[in-house]
Amino acid sequence: MKHRGYYGGFGGAFLPEILIPTFDELVSAFESAKTDPGFRKQYESLMAEYSGRPTPLTFAANLTRHFGGAKIYIKREDLNHTGAHKANNVMGQGLLVKKMGKQRVIAETGAGQHGVACATMAARFGFDCTIYMGEKDVMRQRPNVFWMEQLGATVVPVTDGTKILKDAINQAFRDWVTNMDTTHYVLGTACGPHPFPEMVTWFQSIIGIEARQQIMEREGRLPDRVYACVGGGSNAMGLFSGFMDDPVELVGVEAGGKGIDSGFHAARLSSADASYGIAQGYKTFFLQNDDGQMKETHSISAGLDYVGVSPILAHMHENKTARFESATDAEVVNALKLTMKTEGIIPALESAHAFAGAFREAPALLRDQILIINQSGRGDKDIFTIADALNDADWKTFIQTKAAQYHA
Amino acid sequence: MLETYIRNRQKKKNLLLMTHIVMGYPSFDACHDIIDQMVAAGVDLMELQIPFSEPMADGPVILRANQTALERGATVVKCMAFAKEMAARYPIPFLFMTYANIPYKFGMAAFAKATADIHLTGAIVPDMPMEEGTEYIQAMQENLLSPIQMFSPSTSDVRMAQIASIASGFIYCLARKGVTGADTDFSDDLTQYLDRCRKAASVPLAVGFGIHDKADMDFLRGKADIAVIGSQTIRVAEDHGVNSVREFIQGLLPAA
Repeated sequence: MKHRGYYGGFGGAFLPEILIPTFDELVSAFESAKTDPGFRKQYESLMAEYSGRPTPLTFAANLTRHFGGAKIYIKREDLNHTGAHKANNVMGQGLLVKKMGKQRVIAETGAGQHGVACATMAARFGFDCTIYMGEKDVMRQRPNVFWMEQLGATVVPVTDGTKILKDAINQAFRDWVTNMDTTHYVLGTACGPHPFPEMVTWFQSIIGIEARQQIMEREGRLPDRVYACVGGGSNAMGLFSGFMDDPVELVGVEAGGKGIDSGFHAARLSSADASYGIAQGYKTFFLQNDDGQMKETHSISAGLDYVGVSPILAHMHENKTARFESATDAEVVNALKLTMKTEGIIPALESAHAFAGAFREAPALLRDQILIINQSGRGDKDIFTIADALNDADWKTFIQTKAAQYHA
Repeated sequence: MLETYIRNRQKKKNLLLMTHIVMGYPSFDACHDIIDQMVAAGVDLMELQIPFSEPMADGPVILRANQTALERGATVVKCMAFAKEMAARYPIPFLFMTYANIPYKFGMAAFAKATADIHLTGAIVPDMPMEEGTEYIQAMQENLLSPIQMFSPSTSDVRMAQIASIASGFIYCLARKGVTGADTDFSDDLTQYLDRCRKAASVPLAVGFGIHDKADMDFLRGKADIAVIGSQTIRVAEDHGVNSVREFIQGLLPAA
């Protein structure tokens, strides 16, 4: 353990002693992959052949007209295999797992997208796979549980703590400290102990590198602002990575839940409610009380419902190289409805936070300005949550009829 | 100081016993009763865990104890007050056990000073490896406290030597991979690992994770200096009541 992965005061590797050699091995596998041009090439051709990359950059002409401000482009991670940006990270880590000669992968999942992506990767590479998922998220995202199981993974509902993403992460670590000889933990976001924040960002940077190339081809110039939702921060880091050295404003949108003042949110960087802390193996802004006990977070989207945030984003927040906003559940539902009706595109509830953040600012921008929204995933997986949020009467009748059939 | 106590105590018995409770679980009053019984039964030193919402290294028994203690209102201030009272009342050394975020939020220097002021002898913080612990270790040393370091079966000889060079009091040797509370295979592998630990370190060795009964204790005699029992006493108290703890502890020790 030499380079410990600090970004300003954030990051590090607060590991139990038992995991130190496992992380040493992972760091060295990642370092050698990073410096091997053949590895990146192998990764990119896998993503092209298996996952359909590059994903398109779609000009949203109708939304642009609707707001009458900046030109709006959408980076379509929803069209990535498994329907979200999660596959970028998972397939990359899968290649590393093969390199390290391990046979089993474990993962946490919130919304279930990372779990599905991981189960998909495990099926493709022939690994055993166990997915830890908070019991509350299992309830919210049953269809994803169904798919993970069909793909051959074992899904373990986590009933400890607040029964959401952070608890699933704790449980995955408990599995890992027991089985690290055979098992790799495919952490799904740019959080956790070093090298995960850097490694996940490295794989997800494929989003930003493509987006930059695509906008340059299309418009011959850089965008003015780019927007991404921020849960753990992997899709934001992916998009931002393409524009780090450019005069482009990077905007992260967190889950405002029922409103920042209500206390029911997951805004770690865009509210004053979070503070420095150490948990889950790294140092960042956590939503916690004065004793350092983690608080319950709230969001309409399971994928943004997390107490911590990428240490790289925490650092960018502090040195002001990125700006962080929040969008409430209600704003998110409106942004989602508008995007569906005007563009025929269904963003995931997570991604709809980025849309809501961009919609708020687009009208005030000039017509020759450009912004890119990262659509990190597709929304049809959220059909139950969205139908509830829209209070759709016909859907309720359908569910009741369907349930009655199962009873019969 | 802590090491001196351990060496002196070893003149009377070769394998000491350290136990563990989660403060505030099932209640502070019950914790007091449990400690009273443990001390009466001959426990030599104790870990007092300040509960944390994300106890990553703990298995189901201690994990739930952490959660319940927090739900029932355990705070750092209440734990400090309780620990102070125990250290004043009982003649054995007490150490804090907790996770890095608790001393970090408290302030490393303030935490070390508070720990010394209430006469605890050190702390065990499993998610604070030596690379991340510079400030913490220094604060503890300045207050003449032992920031307990850990070995695991996967720790290399080279790293053991590095850890041993900053160790004081004793070194906590994890008997196996995994989290607290699961079974440990008391085998030749464990013997060989403890041999490696012994060669690397001059301070006493405590062995924990998966110690359940007298047979486990007998296995460790001569190979380690301190046996640590954590989850098992919590299980005994849960299954048979707080009053059964004394009998359980006495059953672990050689007949007097």
